[in-house]
Amino acid sequence: MLTYAVKRIGLGLLILILVMIAMYAAVFLVPGDPATVALGPRATPELKRLLIERMGLDQPVWWQIIEFFRNALTGNLGYDVWSNRPVSTLVLEALPNTMVLGLTALAIALLIGVPLGCLSVMRRGTAADAVIGVLSVGVIAVPSFVVAIYSLLVFAVTLRWLPAIGAGEAGDFASQAKALVMPAAAIALGWIGYIARMVRASMMEVMGEPHIRTARSFGLPEWKIVSKYALRIAIIPTISLVAVGLGSILSSAVFVEAVFARPGIGKLITDAVNTRNYPVVMGTVLIMTAIYVSITIAADLLIARLDPRVRDVFRG
Amino acid sequence: MSGSLSATGLSVRYETPHGAVHALRHVDIEAHPGEVIGIVGESGCGKSTLVTALANLLPANARVEGSIRYKGVDLAKLDAHRQRLLRGDEIALVSQDPMTAFNPVLTIGDQLLDFQHHRKDLGRGEKRARIAAMLGRVGIADAERRMHSYPHELSGGMRQRVAIAAALLTDPGLLIADEPTTALDVTMEAQIIHLLRELRRDYNGIIIVVSHHLGVIAELCDRVYVMYAGEVVEGGEVDAIFHDARHPYTQALLACDPARFHERLDRLPTIPGSLPSLTQPPLGCVYAPRCDRVFAPCASIAPPLVNLAAAHVARCHAVTP
Repeated sequence: MLTYAVKRIGLGLLILILVMIAMYAAVFLVPGDPATVALGPRATPELKRLLIERMGLDQPVWWQIIEFFRNALTGNLGYDVWSNRPVSTLVLEALPNTMVLGLTALAIALLIGVPLGCLSVMRRGTAADAVIGVLSVGVIAVPSFVVAIYSLLVFAVTLRWLPAIGAGEAGDFASQAKALVMPAAAIALGWIGYIARMVRASMMEVMGEPHIRTARSFGLPEWKIVSKYALRIAIIPTISLVAVGLGSILSSAVFVEAVFARPGIGKLITDAVNTRNYPVVMGTVLIMTAIYVSITIAADLLIARLDPRVRDVFRG
Repeated sequence: MSGSLSATGLSVRYETPHGAVHALRHVDIEAHPGEVIGIVGESGCGKSTLVTALANLLPANARVEGSIRYKGVDLAKLDAHRQRLLRGDEIALVSQDPMTAFNPVLTIGDQLLDFQHHRKDLGRGEKRARIAAMLGRVGIADAERRMHSYPHELSGGMRQRVAIAAALLTDPGLLIADEPTTALDVTMEAQIIHLLRELRRDYNGIIIVVSHHLGVIAELCDRVYVMYAGEVVEGGEVDAIFHDARHPYTQALLACDPARFHERLDRLPTIPGSLPSLTQPPLGCVYAPRCDRVFAPCASIAPPLVNLAAAHVARCHAVTP
């Protein structure tokens, strides 16, 4: 198990390095140097030179990458080109909002999607199963920013039940929770469908296995067979799906934060890209990739915990 | 008689997109407490369908006719809920393949605890104590530790012992063992047969053992039903079936059992031909196309069940009492 964890973490670090090399390559390959793009065509050559030096753009690309990682190891992710504040501070300020948004969305999706999938299996072949199936595919097909805009229109503009923008008053839980409802629901909606489909599909497979017949032959009630005997096995592919899907949840957070003008990583990165604030872009991408990689590793370790057979393979 | 089981005119057909499959036709069997009943036949003869029907575990596309009376209740007429209450309480099934019979992600102890769910009178601690005692009784050393094992950590023979323990834990009046040794190697098979023989001494319900292995049946059972193509073709005491078989199919089956040959043969005997289609069963005798004693009525008239002696019956035109 330990060797397995170490191997996974090493692989994760490799992914981080590759992503950052790709990011630097992308900046390097884009026509025009970042300083000129950032300052606009009417900037004086002195100002431009100053910015190029500050951003380290006079150094070769490979040196920039090495510098970046050397600084990152000491917790220094560089400085915001415009405000000169440390990127690490900006990211740490924005991160909690995005994490709360992403995790709430995920919790909603799991809490609704998994029971819907189970219900589909228990009522397979009935109208309820068909309705859940159609709705699932329907919500998967609707992009989260469309849900965001329409829910904004209905619940904030017309009904005035929920606030349209922001993340709520600092320290006021009720107002923060209210501000969280629509953005989280916008992200969660499609995932409810995904998870319901996934749980149903893998559960249908598990329900045909002989050990389910054994559980039936002892007269266990159907809900117990579904929720304990089948779900424990059927949830495993769903965990992998959700871990991989977290990348897409975080990227929908970018759109959703933009629509609801919600402070967070998404807003930080869109603003930074628009103002060519490369240190902020690089720092944010590094942190997000690190989070994404850790979640994937955590999911694999969780699967190993849930399935003793997997655990034994790793132990050996 | 109280505690007895009798199936009368039991037929099961599966509705499939390609038409109905008549898996079981007009089967009559009976079993009394303390008896071990064997059901023998080749693959596809309907023996699994028969025990699945007795355990009320038929799939949704199965249609049942006839009756299964157990303790005065017709199991075939009970609703799904009442059937479920009988399973794991009155009726227990030891399923075919011990390698896949248990949930792979739950411990043995956890599953055996759940399987006693009908016993509302017992607490968790009492149920765990019963599991440990029962595992010891079926010959599992270190029962306490084994309760924390996952199925894949046990050998096939051990898992079959656990499966038997699970069934016995429910104190069933009817214990059905569906091919209990088929998935095991020969030494394990001998051990499991030995275990079942020991257990039957202080068990006073009905045991039904299904097997295609004549040796297993001969060693374990009091009475045997021989099945062919969804029908019981012959039934009787073990001695009568093994030494005085009257139905041509039973005779052919016995003649093909390698364990009964005294000298080495160059070529093992087989029954020529193959099983009839269960979608369109033959009008007359199901065995007629392969029978060496076939005569005029066999092809067109279904043979009656002929009473040969006390508890010895055969479904054949050629036999006479």
